[in-house]
Amino acid sequence: MATFTESVGRATLKHLDYAGGLSIQLWAAVRALGAALPVTGNRYRWKASIRQMLQIGVEAVPMVGLMAVCAGFILAMQGASELRRVGALQYVIDLVAVGFTRELGPLLTAIAVSGRSGSAFSAEIGTMMVTEEVDALRVMAFEPVEFVLAPKYLAALITVPCLSIVSNVCGILAGGIFMFFSTHLGLGLYLHDVLTSIQLRDVISGLVKSLAFATIIVHVGCLEGFRVRGGPDAVGRSTTSAVVKSTFLVIVADVLFTAIFYFTGRH
Amino acid sequence: MSIVSIRDLVVEYDGRRVLDGLSLDIEQGETMVLLGGSGSGKTTLLRQIIGLERPRSGSLSVKGIDITRCAQAELKLVRRSIGVAFQSAALFNSLSVEDNIALPLREHTSLAPSIIELMIWMKLAVVGLADFGKLHPQELSGGMKKRAAVARALALDPEILVFDEPSAGLDPIVAAELDELILLLKQAFQMTVIVLTHELPSAFRIADRIAMLYKGSFLAVGTKDEIRTSEHPRIRQFIDRVPGNTAKTRAVEAYFEKYLHSQEVTR
Repeated sequence: MATFTESVGRATLKHLDYAGGLSIQLWAAVRALGAALPVTGNRYRWKASIRQMLQIGVEAVPMVGLMAVCAGFILAMQGASELRRVGALQYVIDLVAVGFTRELGPLLTAIAVSGRSGSAFSAEIGTMMVTEEVDALRVMAFEPVEFVLAPKYLAALITVPCLSIVSNVCGILAGGIFMFFSTHLGLGLYLHDVLTSIQLRDVISGLVKSLAFATIIVHVGCLEGFRVRGGPDAVGRSTTSAVVKSTFLVIVADVLFTAIFYFTGRH
Repeated sequence: MSIVSIRDLVVEYDGRRVLDGLSLDIEQGETMVLLGGSGSGKTTLLRQIIGLERPRSGSLSVKGIDITRCAQAELKLVRRSIGVAFQSAALFNSLSVEDNIALPLREHTSLAPSIIELMIWMKLAVVGLADFGKLHPQELSGGMKKRAAVARALALDPEILVFDEPSAGLDPIVAAELDELILLLKQAFQMTVIVLTHELPSAFRIADRIAMLYKGSFLAVGTKDEIRTSEHPRIRQFIDRVPGNTAKTRAVEAYFEKYLHSQEVTR
């Protein structure tokens, strides 16, 4: 019995410790974010931010776009096969348009970015920990959070919402292509229907979510990196757990945000 | 007044005492070698001196500022007067050797780019790497990496230069060259040099004074000759390279006797 209580207690403490570490890091990063801004901040951090934007954002566009096109077709086909039976095929347009802007666009983007960049963050910082580079930074009077994390955070806050929009557009276009081939609905008419079915609120709620997802991916990835102790095997483990934990937390956060928007929205 | 002054320094990790009430004064302009075997607490002491960790109790002043209690801003100031050459060199792998050295100059000073370029060349020339500035750290040999790390440590013209295991992983010739470099730097720049090592020839070549560290406390602090002629059994063991009793020969013998006895009984 004692061992059971002990292990529950130890696990609880471990998770609290992790949550505490994340909060401290988040606060430090928010304070350091100013240094990464252009004009007012440090120009070397801004340059690093631009490099990160290329890596997190621009290089991810093909992958995010393709994932969204596939998901758009899947959603349209699955929706159509059910809706056709009740003769409501035109509702596929609403399903794809609203489903992507509110939910699938930001979520798919977050999963892609977590796999591509979250793992890269933890591997990069973890390697820097192992090779004493983080210590060297601190000894040279640089703050690792400002030097390494702030540019990544700024870049993710800008690029992840942009990628979400790319994903929305690709997904909705895929839905349009499906509708064209299955019902000969013109693309112009389809886009018109899409615009009438989406409200500004849907777009904003999707973008708010993607900001939250960006925060989770960057901070989990970097914290896993900063917690690396030991050798190369620890870097490997941190990379795995960065992806697993950030994907898990992204989905948990998605549920919370969706619930908030659901209960505060008009029905 | 001594430039580094350590008083009753106690460091514990998870309740295990790693440094046990150390006191030491390092004078301006001397070369102090901290000599000790693996696990003696050398690296822990180094991390304390450069302010990477805080002790459980005791005080440690560098240039009259108690870095165990001072504010972050003061610590940053102190750090700018300390240059550290890490055991693993800890060069930033994403930057060329030149940019590694330029980093603190660009960000902590307002020197013109042409002056910075000149300074980089001078630092590289001092360590004999004038032609290798454009290379990346992974293109350098082990000895060259260490020398590049020394050049970076020299970047801001520190008053205190710290070497963590300068000869670890190097062949005897390159290690000896590095010793000569340390002597040259001290002569040329009148720096205070702190060297952590377990290599006796190197220690006796470069030291003004030697502090012998064993299991977290100093066995002796004195000049080279005082250490060489010391009668302390542990120091003699270290100098005469007598193996320790980590293998616990008696326990092994007892185990074999018991095993053989049991074999005889079954027969």
